[in-house]
Amino acid sequence: MEKFTTHTGIGVPLRQSNVDTDQIIPAVYLKRITRTGFEDALFSAWRKDPSFILNQAPFNSGSVLVAGPDFGTGSSREHAVWALKDYGFKTVLSSRFADIFRGNSGKQGLLAAEVAQDDIELIWKELENAPGTEVTVDLVSKTVMCGNIVAPFDIDDYTRWRLLEGLDDIGLTLQHEADITAYEATRPAFKPKTLPARLS
Amino acid sequence: MAKTLAEKVWDAHVVRKGDGDGANAQPDLLFIDLHLVHEVTSPQAFEGLRLAGRKLRRPDLTIATEDHNTPTLDIDKPIADLTSRTQIQTLRNNCAEFGVRLHSLGDAEQGIVHVVGPQLGLTQPGMTVVCGDSHTSTHGAFGALAMGIGTSEVEHVMATQTLSLKPFKTMAINVEGTLRPGVTAKDIILAVIAKIGTGGGQGYVLEYRGSAIRALSMDARMTICNMSIEAGARAGLVAPDETTYNYMKGRPHAPQGADWDAAVEYWNTLRTDDDATFDAQVDLDADTLEPFVTWGTNPGQGVSLSESVPSPEDFGDENAKAAAERALQYMGLEAGTPMKDIRVDTVFLGSCTNSRMEDLRAAADIIRGRQKDPNIRMLVVPGSARVRLEAEAEGLDKVFKDFGAEWRFAGCSMCLGMNPDQLEVGERCASTSNRNFEGRQGKGGRTHLVSPVVAAATAIRGTLSSPSDLDPDPVVEPVQTPIRTDAA
Repeated sequence: MEKFTTHTGIGVPLRQSNVDTDQIIPAVYLKRITRTGFEDALFSAWRKDPSFILNQAPFNSGSVLVAGPDFGTGSSREHAVWALKDYGFKTVLSSRFADIFRGNSGKQGLLAAEVAQDDIELIWKELENAPGTEVTVDLVSKTVMCGNIVAPFDIDDYTRWRLLEGLDDIGLTLQHEADITAYEATRPAFKPKTLPARLS
Repeated sequence: MAKTLAEKVWDAHVVRKGDGDGANAQPDLLFIDLHLVHEVTSPQAFEGLRLAGRKLRRPDLTIATEDHNTPTLDIDKPIADLTSRTQIQTLRNNCAEFGVRLHSLGDAEQGIVHVVGPQLGLTQPGMTVVCGDSHTSTHGAFGALAMGIGTSEVEHVMATQTLSLKPFKTMAINVEGTLRPGVTAKDIILAVIAKIGTGGGQGYVLEYRGSAIRALSMDARMTICNMSIEAGARAGLVAPDETTYNYMKGRPHAPQGADWDAAVEYWNTLRTDDDATFDAQVDLDADTLEPFVTWGTNPGQGVSLSESVPSPEDFGDENAKAAAERALQYMGLEAGTPMKDIRVDTVFLGSCTNSRMEDLRAAADIIRGRQKDPNIRMLVVPGSARVRLEAEAEGLDKVFKDFGAEWRFAGCSMCLGMNPDQLEVGERCASTSNRNFEGRQGKGGRTHLVSPVVAAATAIRGTLSSPSDLDPDPVVEPVQTPIRTDAA
């Protein structure tokens, strides 16, 4: 995973709550077996509407998505994170993220920064009044800057550390393989196994 | 120290406690007892293993099935959609390469992954269960800690049989009282979501408790736990009891003999201690609950079926007001319209929420001897091939077909429309599934989430209806018991 320390890019105000992962990427795009190339799929239903924010310059080259509360609800599809990244987004700001989406973002190096809704409203106004305004998201100081607005954001310390260091989760866990083996030896016999298969 | 059920299951699976304390604590490493796999969220995970030269650590704790993409018609023919066919074939190749047990289309154990696990007896109390699907919360009905994960986590579980997780907070959902006739588990969970909102459960594991929950069957408890994620909670569970054990006993992978006794002894400890405390509590009165239905485009936008479409002005919060305005426009609804005046085009009975035997029986009991509204298309999609076989053994297929419904093969089907079962633009559906998001069941489709009995009553009347709206005495054809003349 690439390290994330700070990012500056054009902010995109998405004035909507409950942006579920079916909107971020509709199910039809989930049939692919690759991990990249989902940029066309991002918000594909909404992008059919010419007035949608990503169909307007300069927002179409934005990299900081500023969304309403409860972003990423619904389906666990990590494709939602891949699509945001493939399109060019490096970070999403919202006052509240769905748990699975937040987790998926952390695994893929997309920064999900939790910003108070009052600050989101201020940033929305700034971005709408001066389209093309850049937003800086600094993971070291946990701060968002946009015009004259300086706002703190929340992220759990562990995810922050992993993003700053660009660490791979599986590699980290396998450092504790002996612990896993020791745990496995203590599992009771009544716990089920899928193999050999028993059928009705 | 007194613990909740969720905390007990968590503690029993800690491989390694995270370093540090409080807010700075690193996540715990938890052992995963069962990993369920399907074709949509696994290909990139298998590819990740392959690229890193890693093995799948525990094929004997992993099981796969085909559900999201599979057609529900012509299952003996090659899948017509080429990208779907490729994805299914990729799962088959990956399972063969990594030694994973797979139940393919056409197999009696194929079906929706959350129906297959419990019916095989692989889902048991006190386990940790994960799957690359947010409705994994379904398995919490057995007192398991079960949650949906993303593809990176799928790969992590494949490689290590563990997950790094930060402890959750706990929330008690107390449902006391007795449900009235025609009111079901689906109505309980829709009412809970309307009450706490789609974000109300974020960061929590929900425990459903109280006399109304204890009175529910396993199929009904699965319906409730299934939709925990729609309230934002990654997991929801119910303490195991005799109902759970009776369901488990004799299933193919249930413990046998001395193992059964040892298991029950352990399962009996899986209760929230009397003096344990939850981080939050929500109360719901089962006595006064009515059939519930959604009007909007997220599962929290619901009302009692006897009420009317709300007005955006009813919502104090600006974001909720804007969301309601947008939802009404998408749904093509006017504020103030009685819900029961809303005419639908399609009725979908299926999905991991409501496609088990009890759901099919409940709907069949309503429609038996009654006529379908001729303008309604009704799809009945059993949750698994096994459910389909059992339903046919009871003659339910005939009830549905006589009624004019389509009797399909098992899969996720119109819940998310990855296969050809989709709504057309503007088509309105009463659906027993779990999500009414924009375009979820097909581009431009409009979804009202309902229970199986409301779905059945709606198919009869053509408008959103509860069983109590039906004529009390349908004209039932007398059952013709054949007289055997041969010497049996």
